[in-house]
Amino acid sequence: MEDVGSIVAFWMLSVIAVAAALMVVAARNLIHAVLFLILSFIGVAGLYLTLSADFVAVTQILIYAGAISVLILFAILLTPRAARDNAETFLQVPGLVVAALVAVTMGAIVLVTDWNEATRGAFPETAEAIGEALLDKYVLPFEIASVVLLAAMVGAIVLVRED
Amino acid sequence: MIFLAEWWDLRDLGNAVGAFLEWLGDHGPDWLPYTASAVIGSITLLVFLVVSLLMVAWAERRLLGRIQARLGPNRVGPWGLLQSVADAIKMLTKEAITSANVDRWVFWLAPILVAVPALVVFAVLPFNEGMVLADLNVGVLFVVAIGSVTAIPIFMAGWSSNNKFSLLGAMREVAMLISYEIPQVLALLGVVIFTNTMRMSGIVGWQDDHNTWLIFLQPLAVLIYFIAGAVEINRTPTDIAEAESEIVAGYHTEYSGIKFGMFWVGEYFAGFAIAAIIATLYLGGWTLWGLEEWVPGWIIFLAKLYALFWFFIWMRGTLPRLRIDQLMGFAWKFLLPLALINIFFAGLEVLLWQENELAAEAVLPAFAIGNLVLAVGLIVAWARFLGRGRPQWRPTRARLVKELGAVVYGQEA
Repeated sequence: MEDVGSIVAFWMLSVIAVAAALMVVAARNLIHAVLFLILSFIGVAGLYLTLSADFVAVTQILIYAGAISVLILFAILLTPRAARDNAETFLQVPGLVVAALVAVTMGAIVLVTDWNEATRGAFPETAEAIGEALLDKYVLPFEIASVVLLAAMVGAIVLVRED
Repeated sequence: MIFLAEWWDLRDLGNAVGAFLEWLGDHGPDWLPYTASAVIGSITLLVFLVVSLLMVAWAERRLLGRIQARLGPNRVGPWGLLQSVADAIKMLTKEAITSANVDRWVFWLAPILVAVPALVVFAVLPFNEGMVLADLNVGVLFVVAIGSVTAIPIFMAGWSSNNKFSLLGAMREVAMLISYEIPQVLALLGVVIFTNTMRMSGIVGWQDDHNTWLIFLQPLAVLIYFIAGAVEINRTPTDIAEAESEIVAGYHTEYSGIKFGMFWVGEYFAGFAIAAIIATLYLGGWTLWGLEEWVPGWIIFLAKLYALFWFFIWMRGTLPRLRIDQLMGFAWKFLLPLALINIFFAGLEVLLWQENELAAEAVLPAFAIGNLVLAVGLIVAWARFLGRGRPQWRPTRARLVKELGAVVYGQEA
Protein backbone atom coordinates (compact mmCIF):
# COMPACT_ATOMS: atom_id res chain seq x y z
CA MET A 1 0.00 0.00 0.00
CA GLU A 2 2.90 2.36 -0.53
CA ASP A 3 2.01 3.79 -3.94
CA VAL A 4 -0.37 6.71 -4.38
CA GLY A 5 -2.71 4.93 -6.78
CA SER A 6 -3.65 2.13 -4.40
CA ILE A 7 -4.29 4.54 -1.54
CA VAL A 8 -6.48 6.85 -3.65
CA ALA A 9 -8.35 3.86 -5.05
CA PHE A 10 -8.80 2.35 -1.59
CA TRP A 11 -10.31 5.51 -0.12
CA MET A 12 -12.56 6.21 -3.10
CA LEU A 13 -13.86 2.64 -3.18
CA SER A 14 -14.29 2.52 0.58
CA VAL A 15 -16.29 5.73 0.60
CA ILE A 16 -18.47 4.45 -2.27
CA ALA A 17 -19.05 1.07 -0.61
CA VAL A 18 -19.78 2.42 2.87
CA ALA A 19 -21.89 5.39 1.75
CA ALA A 20 -23.92 3.18 -0.56
CA ALA A 21 -24.40 0.63 2.23
CA LEU A 22 -25.64 3.41 4.54
CA MET A 23 -28.06 4.57 1.85
CA VAL A 24 -29.40 1.00 1.53
CA VAL A 25 -30.59 1.30 5.13
CA ALA A 26 -31.67 4.94 4.89
CA ALA A 27 -33.57 4.85 1.58
CA ARG A 28 -37.34 4.73 2.03
CA ASN A 29 -37.87 3.40 -1.46
CA LEU A 30 -37.05 -0.31 -1.74
CA ILE A 31 -35.92 -0.14 -5.37
CA HIS A 32 -33.56 2.73 -4.51
CA ALA A 33 -32.22 0.59 -1.67
CA VAL A 34 -31.49 -2.27 -4.09
CA LEU A 35 -29.76 0.09 -6.54
CA PHE A 36 -27.56 1.39 -3.72
CA LEU A 37 -26.88 -2.20 -2.74
CA ILE A 38 -25.59 -2.85 -6.28
CA LEU A 39 -23.34 0.21 -6.02
CA SER A 40 -22.04 -1.09 -2.70
CA PHE A 41 -21.31 -4.52 -4.25
CA ILE A 42 -19.37 -2.84 -7.06
CA GLY A 43 -17.37 -0.81 -4.55
CA VAL A 44 -16.48 -3.99 -2.65
CA ALA A 45 -15.46 -5.64 -5.94
CA GLY A 46 -13.10 -2.70 -6.50
CA LEU A 47 -11.62 -3.24 -3.04
CA TYR A 48 -10.96 -6.89 -3.91
CA LEU A 49 -9.10 -5.65 -7.01
CA THR A 50 -6.82 -3.46 -4.89
CA LEU A 51 -6.05 -6.62 -2.87
CA SER A 52 -5.00 -8.32 -6.18
CA ALA A 53 -7.84 -10.83 -5.83
CA ASP A 54 -8.96 -10.44 -9.44
CA PHE A 55 -11.00 -13.64 -9.64
CA VAL A 56 -12.96 -12.83 -6.49
CA ALA A 57 -13.56 -9.27 -7.70
CA VAL A 58 -14.99 -10.35 -11.05
CA THR A 59 -17.04 -13.09 -9.39
CA GLN A 60 -18.39 -10.51 -6.94
CA ILE A 61 -19.72 -8.43 -9.84
CA LEU A 62 -21.03 -11.49 -11.71
CA ILE A 63 -22.85 -13.06 -8.77
CA TYR A 64 -23.78 -10.19 -6.46
CA ALA A 65 -24.22 -7.20 -8.77
CA GLY A 66 -25.45 -9.25 -11.73
CA ALA A 67 -27.46 -12.14 -10.32
CA ILE A 68 -28.39 -11.67 -6.65
CA SER A 69 -29.51 -8.06 -7.09
CA VAL A 70 -31.65 -8.97 -10.10
CA LEU A 71 -33.19 -11.70 -7.96
CA ILE A 72 -33.96 -9.13 -5.24
CA LEU A 73 -35.46 -6.76 -7.82
CA PHE A 74 -37.74 -9.54 -9.05
CA ALA A 75 -38.72 -10.42 -5.50
CA ILE A 76 -39.67 -6.79 -4.82
CA LEU A 77 -41.64 -6.44 -8.05
CA LEU A 78 -43.55 -9.66 -7.38
CA THR A 79 -44.48 -8.55 -3.84
CA PRO A 80 -47.69 -6.50 -3.80
CA ARG A 81 -47.26 -2.85 -2.76
CA ALA A 82 -43.62 -3.38 -1.79
CA ALA A 83 -42.09 -1.63 -4.80
CA ARG A 84 -43.05 1.92 -3.85
CA ASP A 85 -42.66 1.97 -0.09
CA ASN A 86 -40.31 0.58 2.51
CA ALA A 87 -43.00 0.05 5.11
CA GLU A 88 -42.71 -0.13 8.90
CA THR A 89 -41.80 -3.55 10.18
CA PHE A 90 -42.36 -5.31 13.49
CA LEU A 91 -38.84 -6.74 13.27
CA GLN A 92 -37.15 -3.44 14.18
CA VAL A 93 -36.05 -4.47 17.68
CA PRO A 94 -34.65 -7.90 16.70
CA GLY A 95 -32.98 -6.23 13.70
CA LEU A 96 -31.31 -3.66 15.94
CA VAL A 97 -30.15 -6.41 18.32
CA VAL A 98 -28.61 -8.44 15.47
CA ALA A 99 -26.97 -5.33 14.00
CA ALA A 100 -25.51 -4.40 17.40
CA LEU A 101 -24.16 -7.94 17.87
CA VAL A 102 -22.56 -7.90 14.41
CA ALA A 103 -21.06 -4.46 15.09
CA VAL A 104 -19.63 -5.60 18.44
CA THR A 105 -18.14 -8.76 16.91
CA MET A 106 -16.60 -6.88 13.98
CA GLY A 107 -15.30 -4.13 16.25
CA ALA A 108 -13.72 -6.68 18.59
CA ILE A 109 -12.03 -8.41 15.63
CA VAL A 110 -10.75 -5.07 14.31
CA LEU A 111 -9.29 -4.20 17.72
CA VAL A 112 -7.80 -7.64 18.38
CA THR A 113 -6.24 -8.19 14.94
CA ASP A 114 -2.57 -7.40 14.53
CA TRP A 115 -2.63 -5.14 11.45
CA ASN A 116 0.82 -5.87 10.06
CA GLU A 117 1.42 -5.33 6.40
CA ALA A 118 1.99 -8.52 4.45
CA THR A 119 5.55 -8.75 3.26
CA ARG A 120 5.11 -11.28 0.47
CA GLY A 121 3.90 -8.68 -2.10
CA ALA A 122 1.06 -9.06 -4.57
CA PHE A 123 -0.46 -12.45 -5.34
CA PRO A 124 0.23 -14.04 -8.71
CA GLU A 125 -2.82 -14.96 -10.79
CA THR A 126 -5.45 -16.46 -8.55
CA ALA A 127 -7.95 -17.90 -11.05
CA GLU A 128 -5.88 -20.99 -11.85
CA ALA A 129 -5.13 -21.75 -8.19
CA ILE A 130 -8.81 -21.40 -7.24
CA GLY A 131 -9.88 -23.63 -10.12
CA GLU A 132 -7.39 -26.32 -9.17
CA ALA A 133 -8.33 -26.16 -5.50
CA LEU A 134 -12.05 -26.47 -6.31
CA LEU A 135 -11.64 -29.49 -8.57
CA ASP A 136 -8.86 -31.19 -6.63
CA LYS A 137 -8.62 -30.66 -2.90
CA TYR A 138 -12.14 -29.35 -2.28
CA VAL A 139 -13.95 -31.37 -4.92
CA LEU A 140 -16.36 -32.94 -2.41
CA PRO A 141 -17.70 -29.64 -0.96
CA PHE A 142 -17.88 -28.30 -4.51
CA GLU A 143 -19.96 -31.26 -5.67
CA ILE A 144 -22.16 -31.16 -2.57
CA ALA A 145 -22.86 -27.46 -3.17
CA SER A 146 -23.78 -28.25 -6.78
CA VAL A 147 -26.19 -31.01 -5.71
CA VAL A 148 -27.78 -28.77 -3.08
CA LEU A 149 -28.33 -26.02 -5.68
CA LEU A 150 -29.77 -28.54 -8.13
CA ALA A 151 -32.13 -29.82 -5.44
CA ALA A 152 -33.22 -26.24 -4.70
CA MET A 153 -33.91 -25.67 -8.40
CA VAL A 154 -35.94 -28.86 -8.72
CA GLY A 155 -37.80 -27.95 -5.54
CA ALA A 156 -38.66 -24.49 -6.87
CA ILE A 157 -39.99 -25.97 -10.10
CA VAL A 158 -42.06 -28.56 -8.24
CA LEU A 159 -43.52 -25.85 -5.96
CA VAL A 160 -44.78 -23.64 -8.79
CA ARG A 161 -45.93 -26.37 -11.18
CA GLU A 162 -49.62 -26.32 -12.00
CA ASP A 163 -51.12 -29.76 -12.34
CA MET B 1 10.51 -4.81 -41.26
CA ILE B 2 12.51 -3.25 -38.45
CA PHE B 3 12.80 0.14 -40.14
CA LEU B 4 9.02 0.45 -40.21
CA ALA B 5 8.58 -0.27 -36.52
CA GLU B 6 9.13 3.30 -35.35
CA TRP B 7 6.74 5.59 -33.56
CA TRP B 8 5.49 7.16 -36.80
CA ASP B 9 4.60 3.74 -38.21
CA LEU B 10 0.86 3.91 -38.79
CA ARG B 11 0.63 0.13 -39.02
CA ASP B 12 0.92 0.01 -35.26
CA LEU B 13 -0.58 3.00 -33.51
CA GLY B 14 0.54 1.42 -30.25
CA ASN B 15 4.16 2.29 -31.06
CA ALA B 16 3.52 6.03 -30.97
CA VAL B 17 1.59 5.77 -27.72
CA GLY B 18 4.21 3.43 -26.26
CA ALA B 19 7.03 5.85 -27.10
CA PHE B 20 5.07 8.72 -25.55
CA LEU B 21 4.36 6.74 -22.37
CA GLU B 22 8.01 5.73 -22.06
CA TRP B 23 9.00 9.38 -22.36
CA LEU B 24 6.45 10.30 -19.69
CA GLY B 25 7.79 7.59 -17.37
CA ASP B 26 11.32 8.91 -17.77
CA HIS B 27 10.40 12.53 -17.13
CA GLY B 28 7.57 12.34 -14.62
CA PRO B 29 6.34 10.55 -11.48
CA ASP B 30 5.57 6.82 -11.53
CA TRP B 31 1.80 7.13 -11.63
CA LEU B 32 1.78 9.44 -14.67
CA PRO B 33 2.15 6.77 -17.42
CA TYR B 34 -0.73 4.73 -15.94
CA THR B 35 -3.02 7.74 -15.77
CA ALA B 36 -2.01 8.88 -19.25
CA SER B 37 -2.52 5.43 -20.77
CA ALA B 38 -5.94 5.15 -19.15
CA VAL B 39 -7.00 8.57 -20.46
CA ILE B 40 -5.57 8.03 -23.95
CA GLY B 41 -7.05 4.55 -24.20
CA SER B 42 -10.51 5.64 -23.05
CA ILE B 43 -10.62 8.58 -25.43
CA THR B 44 -9.43 6.41 -28.34
CA LEU B 45 -12.09 3.81 -27.57
CA LEU B 46 -14.81 6.45 -27.37
CA VAL B 47 -13.77 8.04 -30.67
CA PHE B 48 -13.59 4.65 -32.35
CA LEU B 49 -17.02 3.68 -31.04
CA VAL B 50 -18.72 6.95 -31.99
CA VAL B 51 -17.24 6.95 -35.51
CA SER B 52 -18.22 3.29 -35.94
CA LEU B 53 -21.68 4.12 -34.67
CA LEU B 54 -22.22 6.88 -37.23
CA MET B 55 -20.93 4.74 -40.10
CA VAL B 56 -22.62 1.48 -39.11
CA ALA B 57 -25.96 3.16 -38.43
CA TRP B 58 -25.91 4.55 -41.96
CA ALA B 59 -24.74 1.24 -43.45
CA GLU B 60 -27.42 -0.63 -41.53
CA ARG B 61 -30.21 1.60 -42.84
CA ARG B 62 -28.95 1.35 -46.41
CA LEU B 63 -28.59 -2.43 -46.18
CA LEU B 64 -32.00 -2.83 -44.58
CA GLY B 65 -33.37 -0.71 -47.41
CA ARG B 66 -31.73 -3.03 -49.91
CA ILE B 67 -33.04 -6.16 -48.13
CA GLN B 68 -36.55 -4.68 -48.09
CA ALA B 69 -36.36 -3.49 -51.74
CA ARG B 70 -36.39 0.24 -51.01
CA LEU B 71 -33.76 2.97 -51.14
CA GLY B 72 -32.94 3.84 -47.54
CA PRO B 73 -31.56 7.25 -46.55
CA ASN B 74 -30.02 8.90 -49.63
CA ARG B 75 -30.68 12.64 -49.30
CA VAL B 76 -28.21 14.01 -46.72
CA GLY B 77 -24.76 14.16 -48.28
CA PRO B 78 -23.45 11.79 -50.98
CA TRP B 79 -25.36 8.46 -50.82
CA GLY B 80 -26.95 9.74 -47.62
CA LEU B 81 -23.63 9.38 -45.78
CA LEU B 82 -24.37 12.27 -43.43
CA GLN B 83 -27.76 10.88 -42.39
CA SER B 84 -26.40 9.70 -39.01
CA VAL B 85 -24.94 13.13 -38.31
CA ALA B 86 -28.27 14.74 -39.14
CA ASP B 87 -30.04 12.26 -36.86
CA ALA B 88 -27.60 12.98 -34.05
CA ILE B 89 -28.23 16.73 -34.37
CA LYS B 90 -31.97 16.07 -34.41
CA MET B 91 -31.78 14.00 -31.23
CA LEU B 92 -29.66 16.60 -29.45
CA THR B 93 -31.99 19.47 -30.30
CA LYS B 94 -35.26 17.70 -29.49
CA GLU B 95 -36.91 18.41 -26.17
CA ALA B 96 -36.09 15.89 -23.46
CA ILE B 97 -39.45 15.46 -21.78
CA THR B 98 -39.64 14.26 -18.19
CA SER B 99 -43.16 13.20 -17.36
CA ALA B 100 -44.72 14.23 -14.06
CA ASN B 101 -44.66 11.09 -11.93
CA VAL B 102 -41.32 9.56 -12.87
CA ASP B 103 -38.71 8.69 -10.29
CA ARG B 104 -36.52 11.61 -11.28
CA TRP B 105 -33.05 10.46 -10.18
CA VAL B 106 -33.30 6.93 -11.55
CA PHE B 107 -34.99 8.22 -14.71
CA TRP B 108 -32.03 10.53 -15.40
CA LEU B 109 -29.37 8.04 -14.37
CA ALA B 110 -30.55 5.15 -16.57
CA PRO B 111 -29.68 6.65 -20.01
CA ILE B 112 -26.29 7.76 -18.66
CA LEU B 113 -25.42 4.28 -17.39
CA VAL B 114 -26.83 2.29 -20.29
CA ALA B 115 -23.78 2.53 -22.55
CA VAL B 116 -21.22 2.03 -19.76
CA PRO B 117 -21.07 -1.81 -19.70
CA ALA B 118 -20.34 -2.00 -23.43
CA LEU B 119 -17.57 0.61 -23.07
CA VAL B 120 -16.03 -1.26 -20.16
CA VAL B 121 -15.99 -4.55 -22.10
CA PHE B 122 -13.75 -2.96 -24.74
CA ALA B 123 -11.08 -2.41 -22.09
CA VAL B 124 -10.09 -6.10 -22.14
CA LEU B 125 -10.35 -6.71 -25.91
CA PRO B 126 -6.99 -6.56 -27.73
CA PHE B 127 -7.08 -4.52 -30.95
CA ASN B 128 -3.52 -5.56 -31.76
CA GLU B 129 -0.57 -7.18 -30.05
CA GLY B 130 -0.18 -5.13 -26.86
CA MET B 131 -2.94 -2.72 -27.97
CA VAL B 132 -5.24 -3.40 -25.07
CA LEU B 133 -6.26 -1.16 -22.20
CA ALA B 134 -6.26 -3.80 -19.44
CA ASP B 135 -5.07 -7.31 -20.29
CA LEU B 136 -6.79 -9.01 -17.35
CA ASN B 137 -5.94 -12.63 -16.65
CA VAL B 138 -9.66 -13.23 -16.05
CA GLY B 139 -10.72 -11.49 -19.28
CA VAL B 140 -13.41 -13.97 -20.31
CA LEU B 141 -14.96 -13.95 -16.85
CA PHE B 142 -14.81 -10.14 -16.85
CA VAL B 143 -16.78 -10.00 -20.10
CA VAL B 144 -19.40 -12.33 -18.63
CA ALA B 145 -19.62 -10.31 -15.41
CA ILE B 146 -20.07 -7.02 -17.25
CA GLY B 147 -22.66 -8.65 -19.49
CA SER B 148 -24.63 -9.62 -16.40
CA VAL B 149 -24.98 -6.03 -15.17
CA THR B 150 -26.32 -4.66 -18.49
CA ALA B 151 -29.81 -5.52 -17.28
CA ILE B 152 -29.66 -3.02 -14.41
CA PRO B 153 -29.74 0.33 -16.33
CA ILE B 154 -32.53 -1.06 -18.51
CA PHE B 155 -34.47 -2.14 -15.46
CA MET B 156 -33.90 1.31 -13.92
CA ALA B 157 -35.29 2.95 -17.07
CA GLY B 158 -38.34 0.73 -17.20
CA TRP B 159 -39.17 0.97 -13.51
CA SER B 160 -38.60 4.70 -13.04
CA SER B 161 -40.80 5.67 -16.02
CA ASN B 162 -43.95 4.88 -14.01
CA ASN B 163 -45.52 3.36 -17.09
CA LYS B 164 -46.79 -0.19 -17.34
CA PHE B 165 -45.41 -0.71 -20.84
CA SER B 166 -41.98 0.43 -19.71
CA LEU B 167 -42.10 -1.92 -16.75
CA LEU B 168 -43.24 -4.81 -18.97
CA GLY B 169 -40.35 -4.13 -21.33
CA ALA B 170 -37.87 -3.99 -18.47
CA MET B 171 -39.16 -7.24 -16.96
CA ARG B 172 -38.92 -8.95 -20.33
CA GLU B 173 -35.38 -7.68 -20.83
CA VAL B 174 -34.22 -8.83 -17.41
CA ALA B 175 -35.90 -12.23 -17.74
CA MET B 176 -34.33 -12.68 -21.17
CA LEU B 177 -30.87 -11.61 -20.03
CA ILE B 178 -30.73 -13.99 -17.07
CA SER B 179 -32.00 -16.85 -19.25
CA TYR B 180 -29.54 -16.32 -22.09
CA GLU B 181 -26.60 -15.66 -19.79
CA ILE B 182 -26.38 -19.38 -18.97
CA PRO B 183 -25.92 -20.75 -22.52
CA GLN B 184 -23.64 -17.77 -23.21
CA VAL B 185 -21.31 -18.63 -20.32
CA LEU B 186 -21.34 -22.32 -21.23
CA ALA B 187 -20.40 -21.42 -24.81
CA LEU B 188 -17.44 -19.35 -23.58
CA LEU B 189 -16.37 -22.21 -21.33
CA GLY B 190 -15.53 -24.28 -24.42
CA VAL B 191 -13.00 -21.64 -25.44
CA VAL B 192 -11.39 -21.64 -22.01
CA ILE B 193 -11.19 -25.46 -21.99
CA PHE B 194 -9.28 -25.47 -25.27
CA THR B 195 -6.98 -22.50 -24.68
CA ASN B 196 -6.38 -23.15 -20.97
CA THR B 197 -6.43 -19.42 -20.24
CA MET B 198 -9.00 -16.68 -19.64
CA ARG B 199 -6.68 -13.89 -20.81
CA MET B 200 -7.94 -12.39 -24.07
CA SER B 201 -4.48 -11.93 -25.57
CA GLY B 202 -3.64 -15.50 -24.48
CA ILE B 203 -6.66 -16.83 -26.37
CA VAL B 204 -5.68 -14.91 -29.51
CA GLY B 205 -2.11 -16.16 -29.09
CA TRP B 206 -3.29 -19.77 -28.76
CA GLN B 207 -5.22 -19.50 -32.02
CA ASP B 208 -2.17 -17.94 -33.66
CA ASP B 209 0.16 -20.66 -32.34
CA HIS B 210 -2.04 -23.51 -33.53
CA ASN B 211 -2.84 -21.86 -36.87
CA THR B 212 -6.54 -22.28 -36.34
CA TRP B 213 -9.59 -20.41 -35.19
CA LEU B 214 -11.77 -21.61 -32.40
CA ILE B 215 -14.83 -21.27 -34.63
CA PHE B 216 -13.66 -24.50 -36.32
CA LEU B 217 -13.17 -26.30 -33.02
CA GLN B 218 -16.33 -24.95 -31.41
CA PRO B 219 -18.90 -24.35 -34.19
CA LEU B 220 -21.85 -25.05 -31.89
CA ALA B 221 -20.53 -22.70 -29.20
CA VAL B 222 -20.15 -19.87 -31.75
CA LEU B 223 -23.73 -20.32 -32.85
CA ILE B 224 -24.98 -20.37 -29.26
CA TYR B 225 -22.91 -17.32 -28.33
CA PHE B 226 -24.07 -15.45 -31.43
CA ILE B 227 -27.76 -16.10 -30.67
CA ALA B 228 -27.34 -15.27 -26.99
CA GLY B 229 -25.43 -12.12 -27.96
CA ALA B 230 -28.19 -11.05 -30.34
CA VAL B 231 -30.66 -11.47 -27.49
CA GLU B 232 -28.44 -9.51 -25.13
CA ILE B 233 -28.15 -6.51 -27.45
CA ASN B 234 -31.89 -6.49 -28.07
CA ARG B 235 -31.98 -6.39 -31.86
CA THR B 236 -34.94 -7.10 -34.06
CA PRO B 237 -35.52 -10.85 -34.14
CA THR B 238 -35.21 -10.86 -30.35
CA ASP B 239 -36.18 -7.32 -29.38
CA ILE B 240 -39.27 -8.29 -27.42
CA ALA B 241 -38.24 -5.85 -24.69
CA GLU B 242 -39.09 -2.97 -27.01
CA ALA B 243 -41.54 -4.66 -29.36
CA GLU B 244 -43.48 -1.83 -31.01
CA SER B 245 -46.40 -4.06 -31.92
CA GLU B 246 -46.94 -5.18 -28.33
CA ILE B 247 -45.68 -2.71 -25.73
CA VAL B 248 -45.21 0.66 -27.52
CA ALA B 249 -41.42 1.01 -27.20
CA GLY B 250 -40.74 -1.09 -24.11
CA TYR B 251 -38.43 0.27 -21.48
CA HIS B 252 -37.73 3.55 -23.30
CA THR B 253 -41.35 4.49 -24.00
CA GLU B 254 -41.17 7.60 -21.82
CA TYR B 255 -37.81 8.82 -23.09
CA SER B 256 -37.36 11.47 -25.76
CA GLY B 257 -34.58 13.51 -27.31
CA ILE B 258 -31.01 12.62 -26.45
CA LYS B 259 -32.10 10.45 -23.53
CA PHE B 260 -33.77 8.14 -26.01
CA GLY B 261 -30.68 8.58 -28.18
CA MET B 262 -28.50 7.23 -25.40
CA PHE B 263 -30.47 3.97 -25.35
CA TRP B 264 -30.04 3.73 -29.10
CA VAL B 265 -26.30 4.43 -28.76
CA GLY B 266 -25.99 1.90 -25.94
CA GLU B 267 -27.63 -0.76 -28.09
CA TYR B 268 -25.12 -0.21 -30.90
CA PHE B 269 -22.15 -0.12 -28.51
CA ALA B 270 -23.30 -3.42 -27.00
CA GLY B 271 -23.59 -4.81 -30.54
CA PHE B 272 -20.01 -3.79 -31.30
CA ALA B 273 -18.91 -5.35 -28.02
CA ILE B 274 -20.56 -8.69 -28.83
CA ALA B 275 -19.09 -8.67 -32.35
CA ALA B 276 -15.65 -7.80 -30.93
CA ILE B 277 -15.86 -10.61 -28.36
CA ILE B 278 -16.77 -13.16 -31.06
CA ALA B 279 -13.97 -11.82 -33.29
CA THR B 280 -11.44 -12.13 -30.46
CA LEU B 281 -12.47 -15.46 -28.99
CA TYR B 282 -13.56 -17.42 -32.04
CA LEU B 283 -12.06 -15.69 -35.09
CA GLY B 284 -8.49 -15.16 -33.99
CA GLY B 285 -8.72 -11.47 -33.03
CA TRP B 286 -6.04 -9.41 -34.75
CA THR B 287 -4.35 -12.38 -36.48
CA LEU B 288 -5.05 -13.59 -39.99
CA TRP B 289 -2.53 -16.36 -40.78
CA GLY B 290 0.48 -14.11 -41.29
CA LEU B 291 -1.31 -11.18 -42.89
CA GLU B 292 -0.93 -9.27 -39.62
CA GLU B 293 2.75 -8.75 -40.46
CA TRP B 294 1.77 -6.61 -43.45
CA VAL B 295 -1.55 -5.11 -42.49
CA PRO B 296 -2.00 -3.48 -39.07
CA GLY B 297 -3.62 -5.92 -36.67
CA TRP B 298 -6.30 -3.44 -35.63
CA ILE B 299 -7.51 -3.17 -39.23
CA ILE B 300 -7.90 -6.97 -39.39
CA PHE B 301 -9.70 -6.89 -36.05
CA LEU B 302 -12.04 -4.12 -37.17
CA ALA B 303 -12.74 -5.90 -40.46
CA LYS B 304 -13.81 -8.99 -38.50
CA LEU B 305 -15.86 -6.85 -36.12
CA TYR B 306 -17.81 -5.12 -38.90
CA ALA B 307 -18.25 -8.38 -40.82
CA LEU B 308 -19.82 -9.92 -37.71
CA PHE B 309 -22.02 -6.89 -37.22
CA TRP B 310 -23.24 -7.40 -40.79
CA PHE B 311 -24.71 -10.71 -39.63
CA PHE B 312 -26.72 -8.83 -36.99
CA ILE B 313 -28.01 -6.47 -39.70
CA TRP B 314 -28.81 -9.39 -41.98
CA MET B 315 -30.68 -11.15 -39.20
CA ARG B 316 -32.64 -7.98 -38.48
CA GLY B 317 -33.66 -7.62 -42.09
CA THR B 318 -34.59 -11.26 -42.56
CA LEU B 319 -36.17 -12.75 -39.47
CA PRO B 320 -39.51 -11.82 -37.88
CA ARG B 321 -39.72 -11.02 -34.18
CA LEU B 322 -40.08 -13.98 -31.84
CA ARG B 323 -42.70 -14.36 -29.14
CA ILE B 324 -41.50 -14.12 -25.54
CA ASP B 325 -42.44 -17.70 -24.58
CA GLN B 326 -40.72 -19.02 -27.71
CA LEU B 327 -37.59 -17.04 -26.89
CA MET B 328 -37.45 -18.22 -23.28
CA GLY B 329 -38.21 -21.82 -24.25
CA PHE B 330 -35.47 -21.67 -26.87
CA ALA B 331 -32.89 -20.68 -24.24
CA TRP B 332 -33.84 -23.30 -21.68
CA LYS B 333 -34.94 -26.24 -23.82
CA PHE B 334 -32.67 -25.89 -26.83
CA LEU B 335 -29.52 -23.83 -26.21
CA LEU B 336 -28.84 -24.94 -22.62
CA PRO B 337 -28.76 -28.74 -23.21
CA LEU B 338 -26.80 -28.29 -26.42
CA ALA B 339 -24.27 -26.07 -24.66
CA LEU B 340 -23.87 -28.65 -21.90
CA ILE B 341 -23.26 -31.47 -24.40
CA ASN B 342 -20.81 -29.23 -26.25
CA ILE B 343 -18.86 -28.59 -23.03
CA PHE B 344 -18.74 -32.31 -22.30
CA PHE B 345 -17.26 -33.10 -25.70
CA ALA B 346 -14.79 -30.20 -25.54
CA GLY B 347 -13.52 -31.45 -22.19
CA LEU B 348 -13.30 -35.02 -23.48
CA GLU B 349 -11.31 -33.92 -26.54
CA VAL B 350 -8.84 -31.85 -24.55
CA LEU B 351 -8.42 -34.71 -22.08
CA LEU B 352 -7.70 -37.17 -24.91
CA TRP B 353 -5.26 -34.70 -26.44
CA GLN B 354 -3.37 -33.87 -23.25
CA GLU B 355 -3.30 -37.35 -21.71
CA ASN B 356 -2.00 -39.08 -24.84
CA GLU B 357 0.32 -36.16 -25.74
CA LEU B 358 -0.83 -36.22 -29.35
CA ALA B 359 0.50 -33.79 -31.94
CA ALA B 360 -1.70 -30.71 -32.34
CA GLU B 361 -1.44 -30.80 -36.15
CA ALA B 362 -3.00 -34.26 -36.24
CA VAL B 363 -5.55 -33.82 -33.49
CA LEU B 364 -7.05 -30.39 -34.16
CA PRO B 365 -8.35 -31.08 -37.71
CA ALA B 366 -9.94 -34.29 -36.45
CA PHE B 367 -11.58 -32.39 -33.60
CA ALA B 368 -12.77 -29.71 -36.03
CA ILE B 369 -14.48 -32.24 -38.30
CA GLY B 370 -15.85 -34.18 -35.33
CA ASN B 371 -17.26 -31.08 -33.69
CA LEU B 372 -18.86 -29.86 -36.92
CA VAL B 373 -20.59 -33.21 -37.35
CA LEU B 374 -21.56 -33.12 -33.68
CA ALA B 375 -22.99 -29.59 -34.02
CA VAL B 376 -25.12 -30.37 -37.07
CA GLY B 377 -26.23 -33.72 -35.68
CA LEU B 378 -27.14 -32.26 -32.29
CA ILE B 379 -29.12 -29.37 -33.73
CA VAL B 380 -31.12 -31.61 -36.06
CA ALA B 381 -31.64 -34.35 -33.47
CA TRP B 382 -32.62 -31.99 -30.68
CA ALA B 383 -35.04 -30.05 -32.89
CA ARG B 384 -36.72 -33.34 -33.87
CA PHE B 385 -36.76 -34.47 -30.24
CA LEU B 386 -38.48 -31.26 -29.13
CA GLY B 387 -40.98 -31.44 -31.99
CA ARG B 388 -41.99 -35.05 -31.37
CA GLY B 389 -45.43 -36.00 -30.11
CA ARG B 390 -47.00 -32.74 -31.20
CA PRO B 391 -48.41 -33.55 -34.65
CA GLN B 392 -50.59 -30.43 -34.53
CA TRP B 393 -47.40 -28.40 -34.85
CA ARG B 394 -46.61 -30.14 -38.14
CA PRO B 395 -49.96 -30.24 -39.95
CA THR B 396 -50.09 -32.19 -43.18
CA ARG B 397 -52.69 -29.86 -44.70
CA ALA B 398 -53.97 -26.36 -44.07
CA ARG B 399 -56.75 -26.34 -41.46
CA LEU B 400 -59.60 -23.98 -40.71
CA VAL B 401 -59.51 -21.92 -37.56
CA LYS B 402 -62.76 -23.65 -36.46
CA GLU B 403 -61.15 -27.07 -36.64
CA LEU B 404 -58.50 -25.93 -34.15
CA GLY B 405 -61.22 -24.90 -31.73
CA ALA B 406 -60.26 -21.24 -31.70
CA VAL B 407 -62.84 -18.50 -31.37
CA VAL B 408 -63.33 -16.32 -34.44
CA TYR B 409 -64.54 -12.91 -33.32
CA GLY B 410 -67.87 -11.90 -34.80
CA GLN B 411 -68.70 -15.52 -35.66
CA GLU B 412 -69.40 -17.02 -32.25
CA ALA B 413 -71.82 -19.87 -32.86
